[in-house]
Amino acid sequence: MEFQEALRRSSGYPLKALGITTLQVNLGYRCNLSCKHCHVEAGPSREESMSPATAESILSVLTKTNISVLDITGGSPELNPSFRSLVVGARESGCQVMVRTNLTVFFEPDMGDLPDFYRDHRVEIIASLPYFREENVDRVRGNGVFRKSIEALRRLNRLGYGTAGADLRLNLIYNPQGIYLPPPQSALERDYKKELGERFGIFFNRLFTLTNMPVGRFRDFLARTHNLPRYMEMLKGSFNPDTLGSLMCRHLVSVGWDGTLYDCDFNQVMGLPLLSKYPRTVDDFDPEVLSRREIFSGEHCYGCTAGQGST
Amino acid sequence: MTDYYDDGDLDRFAEVGTYRPDLFRKFMEWYSASLSEGALSKREKVLIGLAVAHVLQCPYCIDAYTKSCLEEGLNLDHITEAVHVASAVRGGASLIHTIQAHNAVERLSL
Repeated sequence: MEFQEALRRSSGYPLKALGITTLQVNLGYRCNLSCKHCHVEAGPSREESMSPATAESILSVLTKTNISVLDITGGSPELNPSFRSLVVGARESGCQVMVRTNLTVFFEPDMGDLPDFYRDHRVEIIASLPYFREENVDRVRGNGVFRKSIEALRRLNRLGYGTAGADLRLNLIYNPQGIYLPPPQSALERDYKKELGERFGIFFNRLFTLTNMPVGRFRDFLARTHNLPRYMEMLKGSFNPDTLGSLMCRHLVSVGWDGTLYDCDFNQVMGLPLLSKYPRTVDDFDPEVLSRREIFSGEHCYGCTAGQGST
Repeated sequence: MTDYYDDGDLDRFAEVGTYRPDLFRKFMEWYSASLSEGALSKREKVLIGLAVAHVLQCPYCIDAYTKSCLEEGLNLDHITEAVHVASAVRGGASLIHTIQAHNAVERLSL
């Protein structure tokens, strides 16, 4: 069944935005890692990178609208030269800032002070850690990544991140290390807290479980191993209409590294901008129109509606 | 015989219900109810399923329950321990029959 038909049967068609609480910004595809599941296929050799002018346009949107959250992603967004000024500017305009970090970037040249920078600007950290075991993480993200991630988390903890009640929030992201759906979030969060706490003395606030989207490197893997049809059937068979209300695309606008507007980061990677009747770039940002827009959906959207959802 | 089991056949399980669908429907209801969370957690149930799959050495069940274990956040330590339990019980079940052999020897002996 096509995704639009699944929406119709759930009285969810057409899928429309419910407002814009968050501006999600992709600063580019450059990254110090080349994870096997990466939907943007980021890596050290990627050259797509947001320009200072586009970063300025984003700050202008934040100043002129009542969007309350800036969600920064990449690649490794910290490697973009405009990253820090964007964070500082967004905080000055009163926005909450969250950064999706791979943690290991803290050990790249000139990046050693990132944890202090994050603390000083009260940045919420969303850190990738696909599992709590070294062999699982390194197999997906590269040798040595787990140990670096643990050291990075320790540094953040020492600065006060991850403590219950504190305003320095540290959240972790799980994603399956293969062709299966994520476990129930609450049970896995307990496992993470127990394992990371007992073995490494690490603490954090929340764990979020994400489904691997059939996009980018993961899609290549599925196609190469002849598992793409089966994975898509699994996602379709797990379609859960209860996820529709909280889909991230209904609450945010995604800005690509070149300033183009999208309904989500996945549409961005697939080259599917907003429907043609809506503004095309961040320079034409119209919050009134965009907060009521119809969302461009496709088969890959089954990834965000499977099981307990993935947002 | 190398093609005797095809992993694509698991997706055809519903074809079993082509004949006597009433029986297949009852089986599926019972199966689903048995696997649902109850006094035992879903995790415990999929580990039991995995252990039984290995005792039965059913290729379809091994694939299906291994995936279920991963979808419950379990890892290779959990999976391996469960198979060891199944194998140990299976081994013990054979070994305890040594007593039957001993009894037979006793009966056959002067």
